[in-house]
Amino acid sequence: MKTELFIYLKNSLLALAFIGLFAGCEREYSDKVDFATFPNNPLVFIDGFSGGLEYFPFAGSKLDAFTVDTEIRYDGTSSMRFDIPNFGDPSGSFAGAVFPDMGGRDLSDYDALTFWAKASKATSINEIGFGVDFGENKYRVNIPNLRVGTGWSKYTIPIPDPFKLTVEKGLFFYAAGPEDGDGFTFWIDELQFEKLGTLGQPKPAIFNGEDRVETTFLDVQIPVTGLTQTFNLASGGNQTVSAAPAYFNFSSTDNEVARVSESGVISIVGTGTATITALLAGVKAAGSLTLEVEGSFETAPVPPARNPEDVISVFSDAYADVPVEYYNGFFIPDGQTTLGGADINIGGDNVIRYTNLNFVAIRTQNTVNASEMTHYHLDIQVEDQQIAPGDFLRILLVDAGPDNVIGTEDDTEASVEFQAPTLISRQWVSLDIPLSDFVGLNTENLALYFFVSDATISNILVDNIYFYKE
Amino acid sequence: MNQKIRLEMSTDILSPPYLKWLGKLSGLKTLAALTGILILNLGCSYGEDQRVANFTEITVQDEFDVNGAPDSSLWNYDIGTRGDGWGNNELQYYTDRPENITVQNGYLIFTARQENFEGSAYTSARILTKDKFEQKYGRFEARIKAPYGQGIWPAFWMLGANSDEVIWPECGEIDIMEIRGQEPTILFGSVHGPGYSAGEAITKRFDLMNDRFDTGFHIFGIEWGPDYVNYYVDDVLYNQITREDLPNPDNWVFNQPFYLILNVAVGGSFVGSPNQETVFPQQMLVDYVRAYKYNGPNE
Repeated sequence: MKTELFIYLKNSLLALAFIGLFAGCEREYSDKVDFATFPNNPLVFIDGFSGGLEYFPFAGSKLDAFTVDTEIRYDGTSSMRFDIPNFGDPSGSFAGAVFPDMGGRDLSDYDALTFWAKASKATSINEIGFGVDFGENKYRVNIPNLRVGTGWSKYTIPIPDPFKLTVEKGLFFYAAGPEDGDGFTFWIDELQFEKLGTLGQPKPAIFNGEDRVETTFLDVQIPVTGLTQTFNLASGGNQTVSAAPAYFNFSSTDNEVARVSESGVISIVGTGTATITALLAGVKAAGSLTLEVEGSFETAPVPPARNPEDVISVFSDAYADVPVEYYNGFFIPDGQTTLGGADINIGGDNVIRYTNLNFVAIRTQNTVNASEMTHYHLDIQVEDQQIAPGDFLRILLVDAGPDNVIGTEDDTEASVEFQAPTLISRQWVSLDIPLSDFVGLNTENLALYFFVSDATISNILVDNIYFYKE
Repeated sequence: MNQKIRLEMSTDILSPPYLKWLGKLSGLKTLAALTGILILNLGCSYGEDQRVANFTEITVQDEFDVNGAPDSSLWNYDIGTRGDGWGNNELQYYTDRPENITVQNGYLIFTARQENFEGSAYTSARILTKDKFEQKYGRFEARIKAPYGQGIWPAFWMLGANSDEVIWPECGEIDIMEIRGQEPTILFGSVHGPGYSAGEAITKRFDLMNDRFDTGFHIFGIEWGPDYVNYYVDDVLYNQITREDLPNPDNWVFNQPFYLILNVAVGGSFVGSPNQETVFPQQMLVDYVRAYKYNGPNE
């Protein structure tokens, strides 16, 4: 660590030092000046840990999931074995770990992380890649849901832009959970960085390659999402990886409207129109985001101060929220089309935006007992240009019943429906719904908080979702 | 790797360009190449009688330095589908439009497109030197950056000048370069003739290590003399086909003038059809085509 810090310092000071030297007198460089270089050892795990390699399981993961297997191996004397727990395993709900070399390595001569792998059954590994070091994770790369079969096969994780990896600590990481409740085992061998030379035809993308147009407001911050790099492999197939924002160079057509940070966050700084695009290693990424900024965002009314015991908040910046499992369950098999979730941050105020709404639900981590409360409060803004007769927004609550399990016979649900003129296009409306209006609803074990429009109303903003006592 | 191939060869011929390349190689490469030759010399039993063929005199060259259509004094077009996808169930319609073939900035550019045209789903181009340049024996080479993707089939090849008078494969066919777009590191060099054509052709695949044919230019060439065809990619001799390699040595048909062909096919029996991942348009860039005279072996 000490050496490393010294090298960093030296790096940043060298340029200055040289300028000083030239300006001062024309002495030659000292023999003692040497540029910082990091070892370029490509090996991660061949028949054992490579020099400097460490192992850190993720918090909450099965800590003994990783072992060295000397029986089953692709080549040499041993392989890495990973045992993914069954659902409900008390030792951890998933397996996952980071394998860093905290000294850092120069991987810029290589173009891919490769390994041989097989599994106890045909399955998929949720995340596998490199660039995770429990620090900045600046150059994180992973293949989501990598399919692995029961026979040994070689896998290639391309480096989106090798020139970036001059000091990389995160050599390998993975995370995998049970599939359909069942655990499994997979093995990895000959894990190393390679210069394949056979990766070609890079096709980077942002926003999953889509050209999006969005209306937004001043002071909003929007992360660039859907960042990928795709290479054609020697096998002829394409391999796409998720790539961290730091691999990309972002640009905005109007820096007075929108700016993008190195970490891929767009800040709205002025009114007008700006289009965000990106390059990866000099190749233009497919996809863009055009932002139309009309003006400042009108925030929802700030909720009144209340005694903490008089409020149970699901989503607000005014009260302490209960833990939320998700703001959008994406029940796509059930026909859900709704997109969005807690994805807008306006000057520190978080707002939920749902688009393409037909129905969507928020789920709290634990059930909520609102039996002592009197009202359910929501601030809603319909973003559609107009609300036609027959358009509605149904506020639906689902209680899991005494067993706290959704989908069982003791569940209850009830809803209250709103239309124009209660709902007003492009204006915040505060709804304070007496819980007694939810006829037949048990309120001791609330779990799901639905918004239903059956696609009559398509776009809404939601803020300040809480129960309170009058 | 290639040294192994050389060991198997019954050749008594080493071409000057090959020796010339040695001069350009440096360090380890030279050492490796020299080692190869040493092994070769030890391996073959011709001793001091080694003869060397010359391919130094250029007979035709197109450097593609004039923008526009390819030089009509050298090149003809094949147009259409010939009704049967050129004997291979190929899917493209060949045109002479600049959208499919043009010379720009020093390169001959073939562009295979996905578009409905005259009943075909793809368009591309094929040019040939038939009746304009035909030659028996010699060195024939082109510097090419290949297209890629499932179902894309670029080729640089030759047919016997009597291809209109006899039924293929009587005329003989020498494939200097064929690549399956879905195998971007693999090159095929083949000969076809009576009793050894199509799936039975005499062929060899060459796997380019640590590189691809679609990300940079490579030189594809043959050196053809009486009774042999040597196949080169860049500075590597990767195959030799001789009369003895044929099922029946009497069927060697490579003793007449041949003409040159360049094309990019889409689909067909050799590559299969394009799929969702195939990117269109696809381009093949040709930096130059050169032919050298065969001057006979030095005794």
